[in-house]
Amino acid sequence: MTSMRSHGRARWRRVKNVFALGLGGVATVIGLGFLAWILVVTLVNGLSALNLALFTQMTPPPGAEGGLLNAIFGSAIMILVAMLLGAPIGILAGTHLAEYGRSGAIAEVIRFINDILLSAPSIVIGLFVYQLVVRPTGHFSGWAGAASLGFILLPVLVRTTDETMRLLPITLREAALALGAPQWRVIVQVLYPAARTGLLTGLLLGLARISGETAPLLFTALNNQYFTADLSQPMANIPVVIFQFALSPYDAWHALAWAGALLMTLFVLVVSVGARIALRRRVG
Amino acid sequence: MPESMPLALAEAGPRGAAAKMSIRALDFYYGDNRALKNVSLDLPDRQVTGMIGPSGCGKSTLLRVLNRMYDLYPGQRATGEVLLDGENIIGPGLDLNLLRSRVGMVFQKPTPFPMTVYENIAFGVRLHERLSRTAMDERVEWSLTRAAIWDEVKDRLRSSAIGLSGGQQQRLCIARSIAVRPDVILLDEPTSALDPISTLKVEELIDELKQDFTIAIVTHNMQQAARCADQVAFFYLGEVVEVGSAEQIFTAPRERLTQEYITGRFG
Repeated sequence: MTSMRSHGRARWRRVKNVFALGLGGVATVIGLGFLAWILVVTLVNGLSALNLALFTQMTPPPGAEGGLLNAIFGSAIMILVAMLLGAPIGILAGTHLAEYGRSGAIAEVIRFINDILLSAPSIVIGLFVYQLVVRPTGHFSGWAGAASLGFILLPVLVRTTDETMRLLPITLREAALALGAPQWRVIVQVLYPAARTGLLTGLLLGLARISGETAPLLFTALNNQYFTADLSQPMANIPVVIFQFALSPYDAWHALAWAGALLMTLFVLVVSVGARIALRRRVG
Repeated sequence: MPESMPLALAEAGPRGAAAKMSIRALDFYYGDNRALKNVSLDLPDRQVTGMIGPSGCGKSTLLRVLNRMYDLYPGQRATGEVLLDGENIIGPGLDLNLLRSRVGMVFQKPTPFPMTVYENIAFGVRLHERLSRTAMDERVEWSLTRAAIWDEVKDRLRSSAIGLSGGQQQRLCIARSIAVRPDVILLDEPTSALDPISTLKVEELIDELKQDFTIAIVTHNMQQAARCADQVAFFYLGEVVEVGSAEQIFTAPRERLTQEYITGRFG
């Protein structure tokens, strides 16, 4: 009697299990399916538009042939400046939270605000920098673009640095302090080396995050049909070029937009995989 | 005057050495929780003092008072006196880094820094001294030799210390402490994470080191206390129950609590 009942219950349990597994599977297929679709379309259209001229010629006027050199260069230099501005501030702020403000109420408030910033729509940050830099200077510029990317990067680095440092064993700090080391030397000479893969991962994730941002650059760097290395001028960049060319009626521009999309996807992919590998090495 | 004080003075070590550190009427608080109660104890110069007692009895807490490690944590405070060569180290205005260069500490779990073997030693030395390259090389070799690990690491000074075995890491940490040339070395259960062979090596090392350093060792291993220590202090519920020579504590304890602990009736 008892075994019969439990048998029936076991069958019902199996039915529920199959049902739940089925639902989970369908959800996974839908999610990954769209992702694969996006990647395949980008790959197919991007590869057919890929050629050497992309890296040697400027973005063309309508109806002409051209490349993406000015946009690639503009993106690279603005991302570089954003990293140079954002990385030290972000890492130092994260260090402060983890090492000096470990349990303070102020640190908790800063962490909370940082989390809000982390999920702030990037277009809001674009508008902020527009008010802060573009309006006073009177024109769009590479500096403004780099600043907006830097503002997006900042909370990412604060968060990853804070979390990485807080994961380090307290004994490591105590061991260094027990030798008579002042706290800043403990941080710089002992904790940073111990946290280096985590810090590097944060940098790479931040890099991946800002390299695809379009909205803030529309308000700040805008675009430039010509090559410029002058950050006080409007600057071409891959995301905004994709945005403008994809909306245009010209086939040559469409092809360039696909090529740009592919380049950016590959770049983000390489950086993300690099970050994963670095992270795995830390755990392993 | 605390009751246990005359006792501690009377038992200033079998060889009657002067006290390097003197703990007088020490109270310690984690917030409102009083973890050490009126503790008085002398650490005789260049002798090993073993601290034994059940978990939570305050012996590790006492160790962390002796180099002011508790200063890291808000809410922890000590009252009373801890004299190092006659100077009270509990008071405000003390240079903690200087104190810690004179009172070194080795922890339960080996804590090698993520750098080379050589740099692990040099890191601490550079905090307090400017040495030439040759002098630093000599200091590194001296401390590693004193810590009985030189032969094992002399060919891998430039490789990462993380790759060493647990026992080697712990001896490296001891070498790192003595490289700073402290007066006192605090050992907080230094062998509890080690295998028996490594444990033996560390114990032999302690015997060697007491020629130059005053040593305090916290241990859960009674045999270890008996083998290593000249003087033994038994702690219970934050108080020093009994202090005496290792021989006296383990063969003829005066207190019933001590007797019960060393015969394994609790702990």
